[in-house]
Amino acid sequence: MNKKFIITDPVGLHARPATLLVNQAVKYVSESKILVENKEANLKSIMGVMSLALANGQIFEIEVKGVDAEEAIKGLEEVITRSDIGEVK
Amino acid sequence: MSIKIKGIGVSKGISISKVYKLVEIDLNFEKIKDIDVALEKDKLNNSIDKSLKQLDKLRILSQDKLSVEELKIFEAHQLIIQDQDFLKQINEKIENEKIDAASSILAVSNSFIQIFETIDDDYFKERSADIKDVRKRLIANTLGLDIPDLTAIDQEVILVAEDLTPSETSQLNKQFVLGFATNIGGRTSHSAIMARSLEVPAIVGSKTIVESVENGDQIIIDGQTGDIIVNPNEVEIEIYTAKKIQFEANEKLLQKYKNKATISQDNYKTEICSNIGSFNDIDGVINNGSEGVGLYRSEFLYMESKELPTEEVQFEAYKKVLEAMKDKLVVVRTLDIGGDKELDYFDIPKEMNPFLGYRAIRLCLDQDQIFRVQLRALIRASKFGNLKIMFPMIATVEEFRDSKRIFEEEKAKLMNEGIEVAPNIELGIMVEIPSVAMMADIFAKEVDFFSIGTNDLIQYTMACDRMNEKVSYLYQPHNPAILRMVKQVIDASHKNNIWTGMCGEMASDPISIPILLGMGLDEFSMSSSEILSSRHQIASLNQKDIESQIDHILNLATAQDVKEYVETNILNK
Repeated sequence: MNKKFIITDPVGLHARPATLLVNQAVKYVSESKILVENKEANLKSIMGVMSLALANGQIFEIEVKGVDAEEAIKGLEEVITRSDIGEVK
Repeated sequence: MSIKIKGIGVSKGISISKVYKLVEIDLNFEKIKDIDVALEKDKLNNSIDKSLKQLDKLRILSQDKLSVEELKIFEAHQLIIQDQDFLKQINEKIENEKIDAASSILAVSNSFIQIFETIDDDYFKERSADIKDVRKRLIANTLGLDIPDLTAIDQEVILVAEDLTPSETSQLNKQFVLGFATNIGGRTSHSAIMARSLEVPAIVGSKTIVESVENGDQIIIDGQTGDIIVNPNEVEIEIYTAKKIQFEANEKLLQKYKNKATISQDNYKTEICSNIGSFNDIDGVINNGSEGVGLYRSEFLYMESKELPTEEVQFEAYKKVLEAMKDKLVVVRTLDIGGDKELDYFDIPKEMNPFLGYRAIRLCLDQDQIFRVQLRALIRASKFGNLKIMFPMIATVEEFRDSKRIFEEEKAKLMNEGIEVAPNIELGIMVEIPSVAMMADIFAKEVDFFSIGTNDLIQYTMACDRMNEKVSYLYQPHNPAILRMVKQVIDASHKNNIWTGMCGEMASDPISIPILLGMGLDEFSMSSSEILSSRHQIASLNQKDIESQIDHILNLATAQDVKEYVETNILNK
């Protein structure tokens, strides 16, 4: 399952929002990835997510594969929108 | 011959001792050919275990020496070591590329360091320092090398190193490590911040100190000026020994006043608080035994950002400061831009007289959507400490009423949303426009406190720009006109059972302090580094005695008369 978002947090995806996302991702057994242009990172790794250095306005895609993919996407979307990290694109 | 080197003094004090050079672990170790994959993976896993345990131990060892915030470094390192991607990449290198464990750690760490270093953001640069620290630990543990154990130093030394990692700095034993000097780093680097909190003299960014000394060389460091002397001659040693004695005597004298209440010779109690720009200033607040934050200049949040900071960003910033200060007061001044403070991303049209123009509360009331975001963040943060809010550049009672109305509206909205809010958030105003000083008795019936901003109050009262050299002589804190206004404000507040603080430079001026004390100023707010000496001065003053001289002082004719009177009749009495 995939879903696209756009970063709206003015400082981009810093450690704090990245930690929120990663902490959400590890709650599910499904594998989740974050894809940006031609790069990707494991959404369960803070180092991976942070090294993408997503800036405000950048579009990214979340890809989840596994038994609880649907729930995972929902949970991740909630974190992204509720914490003002980004919006659904 | 002595050698002189100049670096950046980041933690004051003077030390004279022998050099202890920190030997770096050689990252140019030889790669192992034809590896045994299982064995290398074992080495990696053992190294991870050992590193995690070492970090646990370091954290426990540092518990008394470092703040909660600083202790988080060790957790951060443990998180990196356990990071899924980081470990996965290392394991893949061992399995797929048949590279030994140490070389795999090096390669994967370096790729992350490179990524983080190219990001133009101090935050990420700091993270790359953490990865370097982790890299060193993991590799040393994989190769079975000893990580330099700074806790093992058992004689007095000055540490010299290329750079000190956060975990190294935290191991410093103040009993033996009398200071350090490094080749790289700046005022805000990890090692500098740690040196200040450990209170050891330190110099960073000297560029060449490592290459200029041998183990056992004698060395002098002056952490205030950044001067380093290697192999000093007798005269130099004598000069610096004298300087050191003087510095320490002074510090010792002042240390008595740390975390003490501010009390005059005749037991009159007042308060000394700190002026801060951001959370980074909190160490100074705590180290100097400040009684609170009397002025938190929120505009720095806006000036350091690339666009208007969101409610969430501001909430986190205020919360952090409030939590660090616990139940001590934190007075946040709402956005004060315009005048000489501009925001790159926010266009304020050029004006003929910016200081008399569109700034601070005028701008906030005009563009209240900006103001509301800040107030919401503040109200949400209020439950985490003892928050008070003050509005800058108030000129009229209506401006205060409007500000208060907007505050109440946002507060009601948040409470409706079910958000917990502190019960009584005091609302005060800056007294920096003469009209407010004149109307202080009326304002005092509506506001919860006053904070006198003397820098602007003096400029507006004397109609002088203190940056303009031709008229800066008119910037006269001791002018009776200013003193009368201050007195009027303090009196009006006390008559209405509210308090008055002062957050301008005048609050830490040794001539003004006795006068303000005599007038009964309730709170002095200043740069943290001035606190101990001001508290020391107040301890030597007799409040009642000065109070009885205030009328006389207010009837003197000139600023010079006031200064001379205070010097002769109060300070040198």
